[in-house]
Amino acid sequence: MPAVSKGDGMRGLAVFISDIRNCKSKEAEIKRINKELANIRSKFKGDKALDGYSKKKYVCKLLFIFLLGHDIDFGHMEAVNLLSSNKYTEKQIGYLFISVLVNSNSELIRLINNAIKNDLSSRNPTFMCLALHCIANVGSREMAEAFAGEIPRILVAGDTMDSVKQSAALCLLRLYKTSPDLVLMGEWTSRVVHLLNDQHMGVVTAAISLITCLSQKNPDEFKTCVSLAVSRLSRIVSSASTDLQDYTYYFVPAPWLSCKLLRLLQCYPPPEDGAVKGRLVECLETILNKAQEPPKSKKVQHSNAKNAILFEAISLIIHYDSEPNLLVRACNQLGQFLQHRETNLRYLALESMCTLASSEFSHEAVKTHIETVINALKTERDVSVRQRAADLLYAMCDRSNAKQIVAEMLSYLETADYSIREEMVLKVAILAEKYAVDYSWYVDTILNLIRIAGDYVSEEVWYRVIQIVINRDDVQGYAAKTVFEALQAPACHENMVKVGGYILGEFGNLIAGDPRSSPLVQFNLLHSKFHLCSVPTRALLLSAYIKFINLFPETKSTIQEVLRSDSQIRNSDVELQQRAVEYLKLSSIASTDVLATVLEEMPPFPERESSILAKLKKKKGPGAVSVNELEEGKREGGELNGGGERGGDNSAIATSNASTPSPSADLLGLRAGPPVTAAAPSAGSLLVDVFSEAGVNDDGFLSSAPPSVVSEDPAPPLPESNELLNKFVCKNNGVLFENQLLQIGIKSEYRQNLGRMYLFYGNKTSVQFVTFSTTVTCPGELQSQLNVQSKPVEPLIEGGAQVQQVINIECLTDFSDAPLLNIKFRYGGALQNLTLKLPVTINKFFQPTEMASHDFFQRWKQLSLPQQEAQKIFKANHAMDTEVLKAKLLGLGMALLENVDPNPENFVCAGVIQTKAQQVGSLLRLEPKRASSDVPINRAQQ
Amino acid sequence: MQFMLLFSRQGKLRLQKWYVALSDTQKKKISREVIQIVLARKPKMCSFLEWRDLKIVYKRYASLYFCCAVEDQENELITLEIIHRYVELLDKYFGSVCELDIIFNFEKAYYILDEFILGGEAQETSKKNVLKAIEQADMLQEEAETPRSVLEEIGLT
Repeated sequence: MPAVSKGDGMRGLAVFISDIRNCKSKEAEIKRINKELANIRSKFKGDKALDGYSKKKYVCKLLFIFLLGHDIDFGHMEAVNLLSSNKYTEKQIGYLFISVLVNSNSELIRLINNAIKNDLSSRNPTFMCLALHCIANVGSREMAEAFAGEIPRILVAGDTMDSVKQSAALCLLRLYKTSPDLVLMGEWTSRVVHLLNDQHMGVVTAAISLITCLSQKNPDEFKTCVSLAVSRLSRIVSSASTDLQDYTYYFVPAPWLSCKLLRLLQCYPPPEDGAVKGRLVECLETILNKAQEPPKSKKVQHSNAKNAILFEAISLIIHYDSEPNLLVRACNQLGQFLQHRETNLRYLALESMCTLASSEFSHEAVKTHIETVINALKTERDVSVRQRAADLLYAMCDRSNAKQIVAEMLSYLETADYSIREEMVLKVAILAEKYAVDYSWYVDTILNLIRIAGDYVSEEVWYRVIQIVINRDDVQGYAAKTVFEALQAPACHENMVKVGGYILGEFGNLIAGDPRSSPLVQFNLLHSKFHLCSVPTRALLLSAYIKFINLFPETKSTIQEVLRSDSQIRNSDVELQQRAVEYLKLSSIASTDVLATVLEEMPPFPERESSILAKLKKKKGPGAVSVNELEEGKREGGELNGGGERGGDNSAIATSNASTPSPSADLLGLRAGPPVTAAAPSAGSLLVDVFSEAGVNDDGFLSSAPPSVVSEDPAPPLPESNELLNKFVCKNNGVLFENQLLQIGIKSEYRQNLGRMYLFYGNKTSVQFVTFSTTVTCPGELQSQLNVQSKPVEPLIEGGAQVQQVINIECLTDFSDAPLLNIKFRYGGALQNLTLKLPVTINKFFQPTEMASHDFFQRWKQLSLPQQEAQKIFKANHAMDTEVLKAKLLGLGMALLENVDPNPENFVCAGVIQTKAQQVGSLLRLEPKRASSDVPINRAQQ
Repeated sequence: MQFMLLFSRQGKLRLQKWYVALSDTQKKKISREVIQIVLARKPKMCSFLEWRDLKIVYKRYASLYFCCAVEDQENELITLEIIHRYVELLDKYFGSVCELDIIFNFEKAYYILDEFILGGEAQETSKKNVLKAIEQADMLQEEAETPRSVLEEIGLT
């Protein structure tokens, strides 16, 4: 037992502590403690009133027992009694006990607050400090309610001792953190800010923490602190190391205060006042210069304090992100630290460079250190430093160095610590996707990931590779070949089987021409893994099998046999059994056509934020992935093909069209209740989701092949565009096109040879469309026949919003083709590209002409040359309704001539087509034959 | 700063200071976890590590580990020097401090810490000023001393 150096030394306490230390076992210790607790309890309950000293000693023993980790359920009252002792040491122990063992007993809190109140008003600075320390240590709401009003007064009062001011400032900070609503600075604000000017460095040091916290919450009210902080900083930075006496720490003047000042400035943008800013830049330059000076001491404390200020200054430079010169200097300084012998400095340099990498001014400068960082990843002995190196590589990655960085990260993964593998995998996956220029590289990278760290490849990662392969037809053949090869390995990771099963099920046909990967070889390869896999993977494989039946009819009997085997059709797992039964039935009942529809290739996935990025974000918290990075991810992810969370095994068969004859739909049982297996609920909802999309498909616009999602070139006109065009021959307004995302409405008017068309693009989703653009082109000879001018359209359509575009059309001469309208935009990052025909037909330029029966037939007869006449006999699609026919003919744009044709059943029309070059008269005669429902239609031109 | 822990190489907690409100169970759990992580680190490794959303800054002095958990934006190096300054204060007060001083005079260790750091922020970084405050308190204490019984002197109560 050491000699107690100072103060009273409670001998009884020391003996007790010795006893505890001498206990040979936990049991002995507990026994000794229980004995002591019994002793103390009896003393407290005893008849004899304890003197202050004994009370203090026992309370202190209780505290010791509590700090050893034992529960204490009495003694609080005695501790509270000590608070009102006028002996300092007793009071002190009382406060310590209360600070450590707060009890929310309201009775007690009232008593405690009372004692604190007395001490605060005692005007004895030592007592006041004790009371303030207690409030700061407990920091409860009850205390905030009691003292939040009083403490600011103490803080700014002219006669308050410096040490009390210091305690008051930090006490207030603690209360503000727990109950910001109760701490109102109001009138005190300016006086608190001016504490930055206080002569006492200790007061400034304490007050600045409070000011920083308040500034973060109310920057405007505290903004005068900026110039005060700059001048204070400037005075410290330019002072000689001895000026500040005891506030100089190992030859570094006021390091704590300097750091706090620099941190406070980070709550604000760069100072607007030129002089203040100039002074600050000078300070920052001085700090950077000092880093180059020889050290004034060899002690690590000296360099730590100096570098603490340097790193804080660099943080401020990065925060401002506006001084390229300082940013590059900071980067160079950190570059030196990257090879420093102090591990701590290497760690911090890597960490700080990570943020520098995101600044446009220093990104290139950071990149020059790539070799050092790669080396750190390979050679650092401390995993937390390697982690920082990996983070920095991730942050400095761009198109120019992506292949190198991804390769290094992949090779590091082989030996990486388990604790950081999953995050590394996500990062590699993101980089590979973000910077993929050729997709075979992307596919290789992800398959390598699965091979090297299969266990750490989360669902998001392998869903993603599938989404991308499905959306990029140029990589599908390569992907099929690569997974086929990867599956040859005798032991391959289950995630590889999942990806392999999915991709071969979709695109196995692309490599089936090679006898080494013929359909049966592919199937046998997949099936050889089947028994090693978990239920969800087996379920996926079964879906791949049924897709094989569709892709390769020659595998049908083999696969049906597998499905029919007891191990499938009677599998104890409900999901597997159901799939086996249904797929077997589907393959034997459904016709080839139905099968082909149900098992069609997956449509491209809609674009959304990369699910991997979301995962990394979730894993690391919002701070981990900078906003910049996220936006970039969204932007660039789109190029590659963003992707929803829709991946997943079950969706392999999800293209099933709702119009498919009911047996198959029922067979699949997809509309039934949720499947039973653990993996199934989400899968079930996926399918429902897809079905609802299939429902939209029924409207006929997007059958099973949505417009090409990836090509930047204008897509070819939709197959249905002619049909859409025909809808508008007889009408000028209506909905031209509609899919899940977009609706295009049209309104048009024509006069003589001129037309004006209003197109309305409606965003049906809740996500904005970006880089929305449209182009109208006249293919081939139409160019010389029609003059079409379109006004530019807003590039951004908010979710649910509609934008309008005006198109002016001039008919130069007669024409037969329609102009093309190409629409491109990004939805959640994915390029949407579709082409429609604009419903501009020659009849739009008809000018109706009234004429009498005599005139009509005279002209009719004159048009006898073969090229002047056209006749067509066609079957009516619908029952003929006179009024409907009339409306149609009027819609055509000609005048409907009543009482002209002797046969009242017939319709005759006349009009003049107005083109810029000429006017062409036209006559029309429609002769419905009701019996046969044939309608000969005569049309003549002049 | 959110908390400071002092513990021995054997993992025995010698001092714990919490600057955020936590339940006793949470405190115990966190202490166990942090002590385990720090003790598992090898010498020469860097003094900082990420833990949950905080940063752990630690340094070993003889048989004792000093360990602070600070918020993400805090400066690691200056926290390291907070630890060092605290060690200096203990050393100056006890005169060549050792683990036993802190065990037997734990309340003093807490008082010194409160003078130096309050509410998780440095209150007074001048060594002189902190020690002056503590010494003043000790003076008050000595003045207030009263004679004790013989039994008490030999530590039997």
